[in-house]
Formats: sequence, C-alpha cells, structure tokens
Amino acid sequence: MISQDAFTQALLDPNAATPAGLIDPKGETAPKRFAVYRNNVAVSLTNALKEGFPVVHKLVGDDFFTAMASIFIRKHPPQNPLMMHYGAELPNFLTNFAPAAKLGYLPDVARLELAMRKSYHAADARPVAADLLSSIEPDALMSMYLTLAPAVQILRSRWPIYSIWAANMLDAEPPNGAGGQAVLITRAEFDPVPHLLGVGAATFIGALAEHNFGTAHDTALTAAPNFDLTAALGALLAGNAITSITESPLT
Amino acid sequence: MYILKIAESLFMFDHSNTPDFAKLPHGVGVGYKPQHFSEIMASDGAVDWLEVHAENYMGDGGRPLAQLEALGAKYPLSIHGVGLSIGSEGPLDPAHLKRLQKLCDRVNPASFSEHLAWSTHDMGFLNDLLPLPYTDQTLTTVAAHIDQVQNTLGRQMLLENPSNYLAFKETQMPEVEFFAQLVERTGCGLLLDVNNVFISATNQQTDPLSYLNAFPLAHVGEIHMGGHDHDLDDHGAPLLIDSHGREVAEPVWVLLDHVLRTAGSRPVLIEWDTDVPEWPVLATEAARAKTALQTAVPA
Repeated sequence: MISQDAFTQALLDPNAATPAGLIDPKGETAPKRFAVYRNNVAVSLTNALKEGFPVVHKLVGDDFFTAMASIFIRKHPPQNPLMMHYGAELPNFLTNFAPAAKLGYLPDVARLELAMRKSYHAADARPVAADLLSSIEPDALMSMYLTLAPAVQILRSRWPIYSIWAANMLDAEPPNGAGGQAVLITRAEFDPVPHLLGVGAATFIGALAEHNFGTAHDTALTAAPNFDLTAALGALLAGNAITSITESPLT
Repeated sequence: MYILKIAESLFMFDHSNTPDFAKLPHGVGVGYKPQHFSEIMASDGAVDWLEVHAENYMGDGGRPLAQLEALGAKYPLSIHGVGLSIGSEGPLDPAHLKRLQKLCDRVNPASFSEHLAWSTHDMGFLNDLLPLPYTDQTLTTVAAHIDQVQNTLGRQMLLENPSNYLAFKETQMPEVEFFAQLVERTGCGLLLDVNNVFISATNQQTDPLSYLNAFPLAHVGEIHMGGHDHDLDDHGAPLLIDSHGREVAEPVWVLLDHVLRTAGSRPVLIEWDTDVPEWPVLATEAARAKTALQTAVPA
C-alpha cells in the first residue's frame, strides 16, 4: 500500500523513484504518468509565486526565479489552501539565499509585494467623513487617537524600495542613489497604492498605532524637523485610511 | 451520541427521496474569472449561473468579496472547493472547514462541491488534486469526511470524479462503484466532470461510455466541461492532461450529449482556468453548451 506520506515525498523530490504500485494500463510502474502530478505541483506553486511577486520576478529574470522557486517550494510549501497568502517566508528565504546575496534589496522588495497583497485582501472599513478632521479644534485633536484602516501598511527599508517598485510596475525612472525609503500603502477602494513617505510622515503614521495625535506629531518632528503634517494627513485622507477619531484608543 | 448522529444525518440528508437539486438552474454556467466581471454583469442570458473557487474568496475583504456579492445578487452561485482534501488519510483540517462554513453562510450558494482527491499532507498544501486507491478503507474514510462536511455546512455537497493519469495496484473496486457507495452511505450528490471521464478512459484505455452507463447519473447535480492537453506516456500511449486551458474537445461534447439524453437536463459548467481567453471566446463555449442542453432535452 502506498501511503500519502510516501506519495508526497516522491512528489517533492524530483530524483525519487516513482512509488511501486502506481501503474499504467499494462500494470507497469508509470514514471511519466507520476510526473504529471509532480509537474502540476511544481508549476502551480511556482506560478503562484510569480504572480505574487511580479517585481522580484522581473528583477531576477524568469530562469533565476524558477530555479529559486524550485528550492523555495520544497522548503516552504503552502501551509494552507489560501494561495492568496502564499510566500510569506520568501523575504527571509531570500536573505539567506546565496545566489541572491549581491541583491541586498531583494528581500525588502518582496516584503513590499507581500504588503500590497495583504492590503488587497484586508477587511473593508468605512472611512471618516472628509471634513471630520478639520472640524475638530487643533488643541482637542492633540489628545485624540486615529484608527487606520486594516488595508493600511507601512514599510521602512534601507533600500529605495518604492523607486524600485515604481520603476518596474509603473515604468518610472529607476532609483537615483541607494538611500533608504519608507512606503505607505493605502487602499481607497479596492486597489492598494504605494506612496513614498518622508522620514517624518513614516514616523508619524507608525506612531499613530500606539500614541495619541499630539505624541505622534512630536515624535515625527523630533525625527524630522521639517515634517509636513498637512501632507501626511492629506495622503491618509485621500487613501480613505482613517476609520475613526476617538478620545481614547480603540482596542 | 451515535443515535443522535444518525438522526441528524437522516433529518438533513434523506437519501430515500430524490435529492434536491432544484437550486442550481438546469442551464449553463461558467467558472468565474475576475477579468470577465464587467461583461458578466452587463450580459443578459449568456450564462444562467456562475461557479467560483472557494479558496479565492477566503480573504477578509476587498475586491474579491465585493465582486462575489455583486455576482450573487444577479446569478445563482456554485461554490467549488479545491483545497479541502476530502481524500486525505488523516482528518480534515478543521480551520479550513470553518472557512468554508463562513463563506457558505455569507454567500448562501445554490451548490457546494469538492473533489474526490487529496491535496494536504503533514508537509503542507500541495495545490494539486492527488489520487487515491479505491478500497474498503478509503471508502470508509472518505464517507466519514463527507458526513463531516455535510453536517458542518448543513447542506448536501456534490463530489467530483477525478482525472486519472495512473492507477493504484491496491484498488479493489471500480471508480463508479466507489462513487455509488459514497452516495449510498452519505447521501451526497455527484458532480460529473465529462472531460475527466474522457481523460481517465483514454489514459486507462477503457471505454468512457461504459463508465457513464455505470455511473449513478440520477445523483448528478452538476456537470463540468473543460479542455485538456495531449501528451504520451512511457510507452508512447496517449496521456491526456486536465489543463482547463482551451476549448472543450469534440469527443467530450459527444459524451455530454449522451449524458443529457440519458439523464435529462442538468446544470452544465464550462471551466477555463489557465490561458483564460477574452469573454467572447468563453461565451461561445457557453452558447454551445446551451445548444447541447436544448437539443438533448427539448423544453
């Protein structure tokens, strides 16, 4: 009897023999027939990664990506049938993947692509009315808490990940220099959009998760004295990213 | 406990009567692809119902669920799972069953179906429909899994026949017998994939008509039609691959006519999952299926 354990091991190891007892119409062992399943697994998982990481795919090229994926899928097969989340381990895998050692920015580019997918599938949320923020007295606002939509994501990298992403997805100019960048992802309706953030804005929006408005503002000004609060709030409002403004933090 | 379980399954799935298939219309559906959303919402009468893969709608929100809601307001929906692994030796994943329950509660689909296959192992999810031998032991395991699904979802499910590339030496009964036993034991319905019947018969050098004539057609609640690719096995014999990447092959249309003439009208689905074409190409396949339905079973 062939256990599903033995079947799986032979499936994932391209050098393993076809398990005996899997037969063709002549009753003989059937390597090419077994290879159909082996191929389906490898190709479908590899294609899922190519779809999920289009920029990484473009940066390294199809041959490199396919070879890398063939190792990754055996080390990190999906842990459940939700292929929309497949590849969460790819950034860390790339960090330790010797053939990609020279592409130091690759793991963070993969993180940005994962964050875009996460945003795409995040829960819907109703944004606050556009004029709510401006209707609150500035002094009162300082002690209040902003809640951001589940689709909002923030990433900071020591690489120019926004410029790399935009050069590959929007045909924008390639990055000018190697400086780090922070990215805000908002989803006004259904399509996540990445925005390049200054240090101050990234600090401010990151701090809103834990602190009230005034403290987040102070932290941002400390990190970047030229922090532009109006621009940061404008990006959040335009992305329907603020879902509540309350006197105490929402748990 | 035992008595309670029996009573419960009798209450919900009384298979002494004709199963209730009235919910999916006996017309033509297509496997829904997001790139066709606008055309499908704007079209009138090109399709009568839609099928979606359950696992693509298990996110928390965003466009997929919003589209599903819009489609569900216009069309009867069939939720078709590809990841439950009903043929697993081990227990079903309770977390995945819960996700299915949540989706079915949300959408209230006209039908829920899954495959006679396994895809999950201790290693993880393999993203393919893998085969199992037909033995007394696997029959017992699969029947218990179907009971569990039907009791959890509170509805009858349809089970789909696989496309076979090889056979198990240890198999003790024909595939049709396995399906008939499952229907008998669980009260489940069947999803007859006519393309899979043709693929399996070609690959195993058997007769697809004999398979269909032995299949419990009265319990078929839905029919699948899809395209396949051609390859050769180690001996140069034909090896057909279930790719869903092109038009339905001519011999498969002939088999569909035979099924419809024998069994009467059924919901018929066109599946096209890889190299997905523009909407008019898919609509043309759907129109051909509609003609087949009208010709074989005049109104």
